[in-house]
Amino acid sequence: MMITAKTINKIRSIVGSENFFDSPEQKLAYSYDATPLLSQFPSAIIRPRTTQELSEVMILANHEHFALVPRGSGTGLSGGSIPTENSIVVLTNHWNRIIELDEKNLTVRVEPGVLTAQLQSTVESIGLFYPPDPGSAAISTLGGNVAENAGGLRGLKYGVTKNYVQGMEVVLPDGSIVSLGGKSVKDVAGYNLKDFLIGSEGTLGIFTNILLKLIPKPETSSTMLAFFDRISDAGETVAEIISSHISPSTLEFLDRTTINCVEQYAHLNLPVNTEALLLIEVDGHHVVVKEDTEKISVLCRKHRANNFSIARSEQEAVKLRSARKIAFSALARVKPTTILEDATVPRSEVVPMLERIQSIAQKNGLLFGNFGHAGDGNLHPTCLTDARNTQEIRSAEQAFGEIFSEAVKLGGTISGEHGIGLAKRQFLEKLAPLPAIEMMRRIKESIDPHSVLNPGKIFSLSPRCEGPMPKNASQIKKYIDAGAFT
Amino acid sequence: MLEEKKIVHNNHLLTDEILNNCIHCGLCLPTCPTYALTSLEQSSPRGRIRLIRAALDGDQPISKEFIYEMNFCLDCQACETACPAGIKYGSLVETARDLIHQSKKNSLTERILKKFFLTWTFARHERLKFMARLLRWYQTAGPQAVLEKSGLLKLISKKLNTIQLLAPRISKVFTSEVLDEIILPQSEVTHTVVFLTGCIMDVAFAEINEDTIRLLLHHGCKVVIPKGQRCCGSLQAHNGDSEGAREHARYTIELFAQFNPDYIVMNSAGCGAFLKQYGELFDDDPVMRSKAQFISQRTVDVTEFLIRTGFIQSQKKYSTRYAGKRITYHDACHLIHSQKISEQPRELIRSVPGIEYVELPEASWCCGSAGIYNITHIDQSMHFLKRKIENIRKINPDIILMGNPGCMLQMQFGLRNAGLQIELLHTVTFLRRICEA
Repeated sequence: MMITAKTINKIRSIVGSENFFDSPEQKLAYSYDATPLLSQFPSAIIRPRTTQELSEVMILANHEHFALVPRGSGTGLSGGSIPTENSIVVLTNHWNRIIELDEKNLTVRVEPGVLTAQLQSTVESIGLFYPPDPGSAAISTLGGNVAENAGGLRGLKYGVTKNYVQGMEVVLPDGSIVSLGGKSVKDVAGYNLKDFLIGSEGTLGIFTNILLKLIPKPETSSTMLAFFDRISDAGETVAEIISSHISPSTLEFLDRTTINCVEQYAHLNLPVNTEALLLIEVDGHHVVVKEDTEKISVLCRKHRANNFSIARSEQEAVKLRSARKIAFSALARVKPTTILEDATVPRSEVVPMLERIQSIAQKNGLLFGNFGHAGDGNLHPTCLTDARNTQEIRSAEQAFGEIFSEAVKLGGTISGEHGIGLAKRQFLEKLAPLPAIEMMRRIKESIDPHSVLNPGKIFSLSPRCEGPMPKNASQIKKYIDAGAFT
Repeated sequence: MLEEKKIVHNNHLLTDEILNNCIHCGLCLPTCPTYALTSLEQSSPRGRIRLIRAALDGDQPISKEFIYEMNFCLDCQACETACPAGIKYGSLVETARDLIHQSKKNSLTERILKKFFLTWTFARHERLKFMARLLRWYQTAGPQAVLEKSGLLKLISKKLNTIQLLAPRISKVFTSEVLDEIILPQSEVTHTVVFLTGCIMDVAFAEINEDTIRLLLHHGCKVVIPKGQRCCGSLQAHNGDSEGAREHARYTIELFAQFNPDYIVMNSAGCGAFLKQYGELFDDDPVMRSKAQFISQRTVDVTEFLIRTGFIQSQKKYSTRYAGKRITYHDACHLIHSQKISEQPRELIRSVPGIEYVELPEASWCCGSAGIYNITHIDQSMHFLKRKIENIRKINPDIILMGNPGCMLQMQFGLRNAGLQIELLHTVTFLRRICEA
């Protein structure tokens, strides 16, 4: 249903004309996020000035039946902030103040539009630390990070965004404004509601402020880089580091394709034609860091690392990190379209998963680079392709379907840190247990009965069967062949 | 007419390839000054790329808003440095401006300003010198002082007042008028270099040109200063006049090639960036292309040249003139983003014993000068300048160095307005004074 001019006028009068945008140029600029291949024009874009205004718009949406799609910087990779049909994009990136830094309780209260990197540099300047560091930290907003439960390189030791959210103020789809959690470290008063909202991908509420937990900044760190002739050697190294009870802050992996692309692009003098690279960092008290560094260097050599270096200065550390840092850029330059996914497996299954990805890529005639967070099993199988080649894109979709299904078979998940959004909805519906999806649907329906907030993200809300009911065996066979009931 | 059509088509093919490589990841957003100002996607590189793509696909008319966003862009190319996919955003926005130029839909003021500055003033160096003499008369013979004291200009238009203050202080003599075509060093010749006198540099910063030449001679260079130099074409290209740009480039290429130089040395970042792109201008003309490439490959910024030819190692004596001074460096966009030159000037500065080098916060952010942007978009430009001045204030240096005349004009104005007593020098002037012990 189209949003009527009357409704548009009501929205405009709530937020003010200067915060209402609906020119063709503006609609085009908000028709996409960082997700490949997906885009849709919104009906308008609004920038509410206050929580109250947001709540009023939300109430109006329930009465006049239009949808709202929240958006921070638009760097999501699963289509979470891509407009749905007849929707209004709600911007939150202008709410960008750090409200309160509480050094006694080690918390910081921020507006949702504060950039991740901006918060990090602010707290680090006074010796505190906010660990979650998604790849887009330079521009991603904390509101988006909480909505997607963003991860990053430091997940292995420090966890992900959800481990640092202590509370929030949120506008629910019915327009009510709720405050959840707080500065108390312990809080078991009823359901743990804030955790329902973390990772809800903008389907259950829009955050208007967020209370984050901070920790003391690690005293020092040490950076190492190792190359291996066999993936299995790298895998064993990772396994033994973990089983020796060392918790590296970073334990990153690059495969052969990625190493070669990095070398071609940046000429770092990496040994090409090796199968794997591991970037390892430990941080903490200097005595522990020194001890861990020694242990890791012994382990790397034991597992036949053919090239191993330890940074002796911050400058050298930057150099060692550079290959991992530019992995994505290097891959992105090979072909016009880069599809970066985040299939994740238990860390013991990283090597089998990598082998399966390679064989799936070969079978489908595709070029894949693999890199990722070996320490926590979060891989980034990256398909290098061209959106204009429809046949290859179909093959890529097919390949990703197989990859996700393998990840689930190995006890993993189809998304470690990007979320489901629109891009992976079909895979969730196919691969997640049906009762779990039903539970999600029931939660969504009870909190957002009119489907006004980011509808159709994570799972579809429309009935899954359309058209006449199949009656005879031949009609039913079609659905069985398509994979129903499997 | 035929010729013109062909150019559009060429651009389109090239542009299409670049456009399709954008993975819209958003990593350009935090580096973009105009996005920082509005936080709106259409004022970001990613948003503009989407608009340009739609315009070239025929889905987006050359509308008022399209024109506004394309001209709002500073073309500072900070986004190119941040882009993981290596998109040449600068050439995209220049293509878009070419489209606007051809559609003749630019606003009247914008067209008059561009026509006056780009098509008339900078097209012939004699005209620029004529204008410069007018300006010199205005600045020295009294009118400026009278107008300023009376506050009359401010009364008429605050913008006009700012513009006249932003205008360069015209040099007493112009480089191109006083120097021989070929100057030999006192020592043995190590390199033969052609020196581009530049447009603004020649008339407003003649003393910096002199510093550059003296520094090159000190370094053992035979310096060739070809007579009859014109604008290199960069100003035309940045503002969407691709044919004008090619014409100027063709002239400069023929002129410089005669001297068969080892290097073509620049002290003006914008010109350097453009000469390095000469090769790409003549994709449809193989003969001209190879000549252009000859020039491009030999073009170096003066700091790049000094580092490459071992200036620091050959330096034995330093003046103590700046001992104990707190010195910082501002990156000109056309050095750091277009030419990826950021380490070389810092290395040269840090090599000077006895000074204290401090890094300027957001050193690589555009100061808002951006060609004639500070005339066409004065309000926005002043906002960017303010941000720059705030950052300078944070570290409070004695001296700030940079490698581009546009930035120098803009920052001189900013420092003066803010009442800051900070010496502003071209990197070359600093080095010349330090080395001639």
